[in-house]
Amino acid sequence: MPTEPTSATVDHRAAVEAALRDVEHVPGAAKPDPILVADDVRRHFGGVNAVDVDHLEVQRGAITALIGPNGAGKTTLFNLLTGFDKPSSGRWTFEGRTLGGVPAARVARAGMVRTFQLTKALNRMTVIENMRLGAVSQPGENLLTALVPPLWRRREEEITAQAEELLARFKLDTKRDDFAGSLSGGQRKLLEMARALMATPTMIMLDEPMAGVNPALTQSLLGHIQALRDDGTTVLFVEHDMHMVRHISDWVVVMTEGRIVAEGPPESVMGNPAVIDAYLGAHHDTDLGDDALLDEAALEDVAPDQDAAGRPGTEEGTR
Amino acid sequence: MDWTRILTLVVAEFFAPTTAAYALAAIGLNIHFGLTGLLNMGQAGFMLLGAYGFAISTIAGWPLWAAVLVAIAAATVFALILGIPTLKLRGDYLAIVTIAAAEIVRLVGRSTTFTDLTGASSGLRGNQYKGSFQDASPFPDGTWALGPFEYAVNASNSWWVRLVGWAVVALACLLVWLLIRSPWGRVLKGIREDEDAVRSLGKNVYSYKMQSLVLGGAIGAVAGILYVLPRAVQPDSMGRSMTFFVWTILLLGGAATVFGPVLGSIIFWAVLALVKLTMRETIPTTVLRSEQIEQFGWIIVGVALMLLIIFRPQGILGDKKELAIHAH
Repeated sequence: MPTEPTSATVDHRAAVEAALRDVEHVPGAAKPDPILVADDVRRHFGGVNAVDVDHLEVQRGAITALIGPNGAGKTTLFNLLTGFDKPSSGRWTFEGRTLGGVPAARVARAGMVRTFQLTKALNRMTVIENMRLGAVSQPGENLLTALVPPLWRRREEEITAQAEELLARFKLDTKRDDFAGSLSGGQRKLLEMARALMATPTMIMLDEPMAGVNPALTQSLLGHIQALRDDGTTVLFVEHDMHMVRHISDWVVVMTEGRIVAEGPPESVMGNPAVIDAYLGAHHDTDLGDDALLDEAALEDVAPDQDAAGRPGTEEGTR
Repeated sequence: MDWTRILTLVVAEFFAPTTAAYALAAIGLNIHFGLTGLLNMGQAGFMLLGAYGFAISTIAGWPLWAAVLVAIAAATVFALILGIPTLKLRGDYLAIVTIAAAEIVRLVGRSTTFTDLTGASSGLRGNQYKGSFQDASPFPDGTWALGPFEYAVNASNSWWVRLVGWAVVALACLLVWLLIRSPWGRVLKGIREDEDAVRSLGKNVYSYKMQSLVLGGAIGAVAGILYVLPRAVQPDSMGRSMTFFVWTILLLGGAATVFGPVLGSIIFWAVLALVKLTMRETIPTTVLRSEQIEQFGWIIVGVALMLLIIFRPQGILGDKKELAIHAH
């Protein structure tokens, strides 16, 4: 059924997979249809090379994950690409346009919109006002036009309709007139993402979208991100949750100490020994919260009087 | 004790020209601080520049409208000079720069270098520049009484200056009311909350902050004209303490509200008059002399401001819910 969203997602994923099939699994690999191409991007803080990227291409319409240990320079790279920080050297193009050294506001207007690791909801504004602020081409944002409401009221109605539709999609419609500061942390993440979508960006950059979000909300966030790809939006995101990375990303870029050390589809990258050494660790596939990880001896140490065989999880204990 | 006299004088403060001038200055500061979050600690500098611009160009023979434009232009240039280097930096830098710049304006004004223009520390006498404003009045000269309030119709501390002053305050309120509801005002509020978030949504934050600084400063300059019309241009009466009174008024009435500055100004001046007059009537001069009572009045203002910030930080008209959310 083509109308079924899940099958659409499958189709889109398959299309992106097909496009990326022949791409080499090496750092800086060339993509068939790159939306973002960066070269020699460096950022020094004192003597530390926070970012030292020779070449990076991001495939149009794909979900690309940027992973790596803390301090690998992922967020710094985000800041550079979106104009929130100035590189020591380097150049990059977005949709063929040079964006190196362009201020953040103009990067956003060019169609590359970001969110932040520490959510930046505008707390003392209502949810709907937050959303309206994300819109583009509102003539009322000019000081003189602002004084004549008839000049901007029609656009304001369009914006409000668009905002309400997005709020409904992100299940925030009941919070419409609440102050953003009264929302939970997860809801603020959703709001920030919905607000970024008000500008209908061609590429959205999400900095740790899942941090601090409960599992049920994670599910719906994953759905939203996949829906973005299905609408043709390119997604680049930083994330530590490997389940999520594996689940939705089409391509994974791994950074350590400012450099890109591996690239490839999630399965191949996560089997890469360099990545396991630098970031994932040997036990990245096992669930550390699983009782099964506690060996018999440890369990007996903890509860010597109990019968080990009766404990849940012991059956899977030897996988 | 003559309570009727005291109450009459207190009520007279409700619509005094000084009350209007401070209300207008606080409206300007409200655009800076209440809407945009800019810490302008030199509103008196904008007011003094406006007063000088108006008085000096009038003395030079310029018509009324041109003199007002000169005042606004002076404040605009001042705002640009202050804003260009500081608005890209963190908020506190603007606070430091504005407080210093306002002092520079005052010190340059009172220095003897420009005595021909500014009259140095003795300032410019009101009679030198009031003519064109008073001539613009359509009313016949003389005095007029409304109940117990009797003032000259046109001369100096007149009904005319009250009428024009409060009309300008009403216009400024209308302007803020329109702006606060507009998408332009929404961008400013966003900047107040988090500059980077607004930047990430494609708005030129620097340009908006500059517009806010210029607009609020220009309103401050007009407030400066209103302030000096019933008196003289005295640089030392328009220094740091004036800035702090404007801040007190804004916080008292409620920042980010339309009528907060007006209400704040009325209450500030009326309460101050009430306290001073009552003390003069009740406390014998052997305990507190008249000039000591004057200073004691300001002490009470300081204490009141502290209590206000502690117990009602949103001011009288502010939205408590809005202010309660402070976490970033």
